[in-house]
Amino acid sequence: MSEFFTQNWSWWFTGLVISSIMFILLFFGQSFGFSANLRTICAAAGAGKNVSFFNFNWKSQLWNIVFLAGAIIGGTLAGTVLNSNEPIVISPSTVSDLQELGFSSPTGLQPDELFAWKSVATLKGFLILAVGGLFIGFGSRYAGGCTSGHAISGLSSLQIPSLIAVIGFFIGGLLMTHILFPLIF
Amino acid sequence: MKFLKFLVIGILFGIMMAKSEIISWYRIQEMFRFQSFHMFGIIGIAVISGIIGVMVIKKFNIKDFNGNPIVFHPKEKSIIRYIVGGTIFGMGWALSGACPGPMVVNIGFGFLSMGIVFLFSILGTYLYGVLRSKLPH
Repeated sequence: MSEFFTQNWSWWFTGLVISSIMFILLFFGQSFGFSANLRTICAAAGAGKNVSFFNFNWKSQLWNIVFLAGAIIGGTLAGTVLNSNEPIVISPSTVSDLQELGFSSPTGLQPDELFAWKSVATLKGFLILAVGGLFIGFGSRYAGGCTSGHAISGLSSLQIPSLIAVIGFFIGGLLMTHILFPLIF
Repeated sequence: MKFLKFLVIGILFGIMMAKSEIISWYRIQEMFRFQSFHMFGIIGIAVISGIIGVMVIKKFNIKDFNGNPIVFHPKEKSIIRYIVGGTIFGMGWALSGACPGPMVVNIGFGFLSMGIVFLFSILGTYLYGVLRSKLPH
């Protein structure tokens, strides 16, 4: 029985849970869009005094900040009591592609080469995480949403702008993975 | 009390993101190298079931728990902001292996260095707000 709770989730079950979360939020009068929280945090920190983009009633977005807090708790539960400690199974071709870039075989969910503190403590390691975050924050607001807002909510309601944004996500991801990774790593 | 339900949904979201390994940098690499069905299957099922559900909501005018109609706000028409903004986002997604949701789930899971990505994503959002009037939309 305990295995039922700790085993990893299949792709189809996960997909159904994602759309269910979107529908539950719609039922409670809200819409699924995670990156809006980044704007709310800026506004709550007082950025609205100088920058009009952050001058809005951020308290109406508190529900989403609570959702974010829940996501952190969910991550902690998954990493502790619900942790199966199964090794992650990554496609052998991805593993060998990454080995050519200097990444060792996966032992956990994240590569030590990027997320271990000894990697983060180097200038290059720090810059990778910092630039990654900067691009995600800037890009998601410029595009008006992230994976949840565009790829899930937007595509589900058949919105062309969201399709364009998702195409952009893939242009950027392919550019980074296939052109820039060999230069960075 | 009215926020409790959003906390519970958030916890479900966090568990789902971790148990499906969406929070893994390796899974995002597999996706951008087209070497695994996993991420495409997840997004595909989510979108297909999402489209069906939205059609049902519209057809039967299903109301939310307050009795208000469920409305889908059309996103403003543009190409440049979606393609340029989306490309910048995608570059960051591939580099750090996490979009905003998975970032915080990673922090909860124990990958605390993801906090750097999260802090800089807030800074990136702030920079967008500062530069917004100068950018083509």
